[in-house]
Amino acid sequence: MKKSPVTTIVAIGIGAALFFVLGRFVSIPSPVPNTNISTQYGLLAFMAVLFGPVAGALIGFIGHALIDFSFGWGVWWSWVIASGVFGLLVGLASRKIRLDEGKCGKKEILGFNVAQIVGHIICWGLVAPVLDIVIYAEPLEKLFAQGLFSAVSNSVTTAIVGTLFCIAYAAAKPKKGSLKEEE
Amino acid sequence: MRNIFNFVDRPSPIHELTGATKLICLVLWSLAAMTSYDTRFLIVLPLLSFALFRLSKIRISDVSFMLGFTAVFMVLNNVLVFAISPDHGAGIYGSEHILLGRGRYALTAEQLFYHANLILKYLSTIPIVLLFVCTTNPSEFAASLNRIGVKYTIAYSVALALRYIPDIQREYHEISQAQQARGIEMSRKESLVKRLKAASAILIPLILSSMDRIETISNAMELRGFGENKKRTWYMGRKFTKADIGAIIFCAVLAAAAFVLNYINGGRFYNPFV
Repeated sequence: MKKSPVTTIVAIGIGAALFFVLGRFVSIPSPVPNTNISTQYGLLAFMAVLFGPVAGALIGFIGHALIDFSFGWGVWWSWVIASGVFGLLVGLASRKIRLDEGKCGKKEILGFNVAQIVGHIICWGLVAPVLDIVIYAEPLEKLFAQGLFSAVSNSVTTAIVGTLFCIAYAAAKPKKGSLKEEE
Repeated sequence: MRNIFNFVDRPSPIHELTGATKLICLVLWSLAAMTSYDTRFLIVLPLLSFALFRLSKIRISDVSFMLGFTAVFMVLNNVLVFAISPDHGAGIYGSEHILLGRGRYALTAEQLFYHANLILKYLSTIPIVLLFVCTTNPSEFAASLNRIGVKYTIAYSVALALRYIPDIQREYHEISQAQQARGIEMSRKESLVKRLKAASAILIPLILSSMDRIETISNAMELRGFGENKKRTWYMGRKFTKADIGAIIFCAVLAAAAFVLNYINGGRFYNPFV
């Protein structure tokens, strides 16, 4: 199915709004005190698979920037950019996954999770810390420790929440070729 | 719930500037604060932003909640930096003057100075974002993005996001209450796996209905010919005045000063230890 450019624009808008609501209000208390499990990256990965790399990048970028604006702790451009890069990477890596045709078997789930884990490691282990060094000149060890923690916790939640989204969405779509002409 | 972006509608000279001006100023200011680590410059920026706060008639009570957030964040970050690399300051300034203690966690003058700089850095970037958020009407924000050269389709995505955040929030609460009435539990009392499952029971209906929403909106926009023309006008767009141009020039000078200081100091840091 070919998507019109208008659909992509709307998907970016609604996706960013969802990212914002999930990031801002849907926090699941985790066993580690003062940390919450951020479900929004599961959503971001799912939207990137469905609407492509450009939409993924912009949903991450706009959604994260809006969250930072609303919290008032300043906009952490380094992390905002990293969220955008994550959407871009997952979108690029999962071009072959066709959820809108109702296909979401073992192969798709495996591909999705490899893409998201690699994406998280690149973003929080590399992009965010390097940008933080350029902008804030914070010590290397602290940033990589923070980055590694985010990469691991975000990959786990994306693996659970994102995969569930993909399965649920694919199940709600009619499968390609599910209708046969009567013989 | 309506006012998540904390826009305070109270006439002042800052409110009268167009959204585009404030956005350009924010970008220039952030650029200045990000590039320079010169202590003298970083002291000037917070003082300036406090003066701007006075000018904008924003009261402390309007932003006290967010200031509390910022304070906690600042303390946590500083503690973390010190805990993980207590010799970062010595590394940057190339010398070591131990004030008290010994061993790995000995407090050096350089480390203390670095932390002071870090706090100043936060103080020069955070209040100005707060000021921007408090004085810019969210609807005007999207129009101003287009004004500074962002493609109107993307500016429209931002406008859509701002428009639909309250709707999606309301829908989330409705689904959440319906599911809670059916007995799901999301508090700390449940195990983590059950909590995640409970969250999905709320999020999956939300996502699926949002996908339908995307289709409805994009059909409606396409039917009205959105995206046909190269340009678009904005209801909330305004023309630049003299004050706007003045503000932009002022912030451009700040950004230029940051770069000049980097050049004079021969690096990003101002070093009082040599």
